[in-house]
Amino acid sequence: MSVSNLIEVQNVSFAYDQRPVLKNINLVVPRGKVVSIMGGSGCGKTTLLRLIGGQLKPSIGSVMVDGESVGTLSANQLTKLRRKMGMLFQMGALFTDLNVYENIAFQMREHTDLPEPIIHDLVMMKLHAVGLHGAYKLMPSELSGGMARRVALARAIALDPMLIMYDEPFAGLDPISLGVIGKLIRKLNDALGATSIVVTHDVQESLKIVDYVYMVSDGAVVAEGSAEEIRSSTLPFVHQFVWGETDGPVAFHYPSEDYSDLLLGRTL
Amino acid sequence: MKAIIRVPALIGHYVNDRLWRLGFASRFLFMILIQSGTCLIRPRLVLREAYFIGVQSLIIILVSGMFVGLVLGLQMYDTLERFGSGEGVGTVVALALVRELGPVLSALLFASRAGTAVTAEIGLMKTTEQLSAMEMMAIEPVARVIAPRFWAGIISLPLLTSMFNVMGIFGGYLVGVLLLGVDEGIFWSQMQATVDFREDVLNGIIKSVVFAVAVILIAVFEGYNSPPTAEGVSSATTRAVVTSSLAILALDFVLTAFMFRGI
Repeated sequence: MSVSNLIEVQNVSFAYDQRPVLKNINLVVPRGKVVSIMGGSGCGKTTLLRLIGGQLKPSIGSVMVDGESVGTLSANQLTKLRRKMGMLFQMGALFTDLNVYENIAFQMREHTDLPEPIIHDLVMMKLHAVGLHGAYKLMPSELSGGMARRVALARAIALDPMLIMYDEPFAGLDPISLGVIGKLIRKLNDALGATSIVVTHDVQESLKIVDYVYMVSDGAVVAEGSAEEIRSSTLPFVHQFVWGETDGPVAFHYPSEDYSDLLLGRTL
Repeated sequence: MKAIIRVPALIGHYVNDRLWRLGFASRFLFMILIQSGTCLIRPRLVLREAYFIGVQSLIIILVSGMFVGLVLGLQMYDTLERFGSGEGVGTVVALALVRELGPVLSALLFASRAGTAVTAEIGLMKTTEQLSAMEMMAIEPVARVIAPRFWAGIISLPLLTSMFNVMGIFGGYLVGVLLLGVDEGIFWSQMQATVDFREDVLNGIIKSVVFAVAVILIAVFEGYNSPPTAEGVSSATTRAVVTSSLAILALDFVLTAFMFRGI
């Protein structure tokens, strides 16, 4: 494994029971970069993140993170590796019984012996970084979708991870929150010297902030390149995806029998 | 012909499924025990859950205990008086409560009040990816979320059962002594002379500990394994209360047979 790459996914296949999700996928994530994995719903993006995080093990192939094969690590080794990772979940996944402050302090209290005044300062710094130091007393139920995502982002960077993973960070956000989250992903990655993976199907927003893009369809990488290369790609799937065309290689209609037969009830 | 094959197949599938679940639950119990070190190092986690599981169940336990004692006092006095032994109402109420009704009814109430709350809470934590988030933070959810609730349940139910028994006996006293005029001295002295601490009280507490393990294990297991959807959490909660109730009644029969019939 090259030292310049933090992650190397090599010939990985994965199936839920008998249903294949990833088929012989290969990708690398260089250190210090923001890399996006794009694709339609259900194409295996989140599964890929879970494989990198060690929540799933590949059926075939290997996932190397910081020189370690995630699928073969023992529970203790995996715990150690995960301490160097931060993850932003699709809906934030904030602990609903804890307020904003406690959510961010949670990991610090679990993994460090830092005295309370230092934890206080660190929590406030993380919240300040996402522009929410004034909201430290609020409960998750009192936050808007965008605010919850920002708090979750502050929690993901609580222990200054080397790798930050974002699972659909733009889903369900208004345009202002969308821009804020996008800028934060880029800013935090550069400020912390971290490496980021953004799993998303929000093309326009992510292309503004990422260094490299992998496009996944039907469990395989179908295209890759810089944001500009993806924008100007003439590959039918990439073109359809980037410009949001309703029909193309990804058909508008779900496969079915003949429509007229269905209407006339001949197949029922 | 098809029905002849289908019915045994369905029964076989059902039995197979139940056995698999029992196996998973046993493995889950083993995991909880292995991951319980955190609870020893940080007992505040258990105390916090004991507050939600135990202290917040106190009202329903106390009120139910009182009413059960009141009704038991009335029924027992009426029956005993036919044989001219109405003074024995205190003894009968106390024995019925400490041996049977206290542990069983407390456990049933506990399953419906605290067990369902635990299942729904853990199920929702799973649905909203809070458990996954914890896992990704290198924090084992079984150690941090499941084990404290498990031990809190085991500590809480025997204490709640004792409260239930005390309130029930007090209810019996109110009816027997204050309402129906049984002599106060006979009420308490007969009870003291007849109810044996080891044979009756301790066996009742052992029962409540066994019920606590069953109820709280079912509650955390169903919550942890619920499908991450609204319907999944709802079915898991229903399954938790139904399975717990049946487990309590079945275990009660087995324990009673061993404890009080000398099998």
